[in-house]
Amino acid sequence: MSFISRKFGGQAGLGLLALLSLLLLALAIGAGVGTGELPIPLDTTYFAITNRLGWTAVPLDRIHESVIWDYRLSRALVAACCGAGLALCGAILQSLLRNPLAEPYVLGVSAGASTGAVSIIVLGLGAGTVTLSAGAFAGSLAAFLFVVLLASGARGGADRTILAGVAASQLFNALTSYIVSTSANAQQARDVMFWLLGSFGGVRWPEFQLVLVMVILGFAICLYYARALDAFAFGDDAASSLGISVSRVRVILFAVTAMMTATIVSMVGSIGFVGLVVPHAARFIVGPLHMRLLPACVAVGAIFMVLADIVSRVILPQQVLPIGVVTALIGVPFFSVILYRAKRAA
Amino acid sequence: MTIRAENLTWKAGKTVIVDDVSLAAEPGKMLGLLGPNGSGKSSLLRLLAGLRRAHAGQVTLDGADLSRIGRRALARRVALVEQHANTDANVTVLDVVRLGRTPHRSALSPWTSADDTAVETALSRVGLTERRGQFWQTLSGGERQRVHIARALAQAPSEIILDEPTNHLDIQHQIEILKLVASLPVTSIVALHDLNHAAMFCDRLAVMNKGKLVAMGTPEEVLTEDLLREVFGIRCHIERSPHSGKLHIHYLF
Repeated sequence: MSFISRKFGGQAGLGLLALLSLLLLALAIGAGVGTGELPIPLDTTYFAITNRLGWTAVPLDRIHESVIWDYRLSRALVAACCGAGLALCGAILQSLLRNPLAEPYVLGVSAGASTGAVSIIVLGLGAGTVTLSAGAFAGSLAAFLFVVLLASGARGGADRTILAGVAASQLFNALTSYIVSTSANAQQARDVMFWLLGSFGGVRWPEFQLVLVMVILGFAICLYYARALDAFAFGDDAASSLGISVSRVRVILFAVTAMMTATIVSMVGSIGFVGLVVPHAARFIVGPLHMRLLPACVAVGAIFMVLADIVSRVILPQQVLPIGVVTALIGVPFFSVILYRAKRAA
Repeated sequence: MTIRAENLTWKAGKTVIVDDVSLAAEPGKMLGLLGPNGSGKSSLLRLLAGLRRAHAGQVTLDGADLSRIGRRALARRVALVEQHANTDANVTVLDVVRLGRTPHRSALSPWTSADDTAVETALSRVGLTERRGQFWQTLSGGERQRVHIARALAQAPSEIILDEPTNHLDIQHQIEILKLVASLPVTSIVALHDLNHAAMFCDRLAVMNKGKLVAMGTPEEVLTEDLLREVFGIRCHIERSPHSGKLHIHYLF
């Protein structure tokens, strides 16, 4: 495995890889901006951005510019941030719980965040971005605590955590359905569908600013604990005997994960399997050490999500497929492969 | 002066697992910890390594209360080799041994030549220098145990605690690991099952039974037919081996 360290090796190879992924991300975002009912060529997008930055003054179609700035660019950037954040959450949870299947969606954290967000909408506690985030955060934290308590009450074990996650998903999805069916009107019920399947429709610049800050903050904190995460490879006691304050690292990183998930879910709904698929792909490219893995997850996650968003828009003519459907269609077969391989190893 | 336990008591729920145990390791010597399954050996080792907090009594390191020493500072002094610590991560031998430098590095400090030296020394000590690039999943049980010992040595500890390091290994690897541990220039505390191996390699022995420490001293003082009958419920005959000069236990039935 760790394809790159064998193939290229050393800092130069990693630098090249970083450059390559930035280029790919830029191209993916360009494609994301260009795709839609009104196709926009890549160079128009490029000049629209450089014009805005004051580097060039190329005359462009006003409608093109308006579509780029008012709709598509913010959407593509939010997708990139969400992909990066969810992939990061997956990598952190897989390391801390020592389970290759862990990720916010599988553990029910996304379901908890949905419940929180839906309660805010339906129970009418004011639906500004911040209060929605606060509701989603409370919900995701509740789901997290539920999973942690249930798993440790059942005497730990990596598999127990996933089972506890299944229970959490069921519980919080049931709560969401309960709230919707007892309190929501028809319009609200339609709105709620959005949280359950995920959508990048309707995200604009304010959302981008919020998710960018959250993901950068989360990334910085996770990177600070990258070495500590490596030490978890052989379990909690091994990490502890290497001088890691296990409970402190856990609490901080779980909180960071919950915070990132909550922000993302409150914005674009619960999107499954990105946090599962991407860390495994990233591990295949750069190996298991977190100092490399976490940046790789951010890059791969961002590119994956932008591409998935493009797929969701082009796969059906005149219609947008919910993004969660696309990621699930890619993620579930992948999930099965991991499950199958894990079973063989044991 | 080194690791010392004073009247340690530790419970799991209401069950007393370690019951009022006092013992001291001697600097640079190998202390063997014997006892039947469930006698509290592993729990005692975890207490000595600072991984569990005692319900009564204390562990001291050079006279200082272990619970007052920070996690990182402790990890620079005391290394632990667990029983069958395993991972799914696709790490190499070198990755694992490098983990031993964790307590010597801050979160963002670069890798130094001192780190390199420590890792190289540790690898050569366990004879795995040539196999640094090999993946963990491809190693045998004995090799994995040696990698863990190298990782522990890379911590540059003055005390090393090993929980049944020879468990599930074939006889060649058992002897190899014990020879390696006995040759290390550190204080070691080793939980063992094989009484003859304990007699051959350990400088001193401590015997636990039902959570209590029932004997402590040199192998000659500790390994008596009466004690083994009482603790392990076996009949045996003990004599000095003309080949090794150490005690040898013949089991009778």
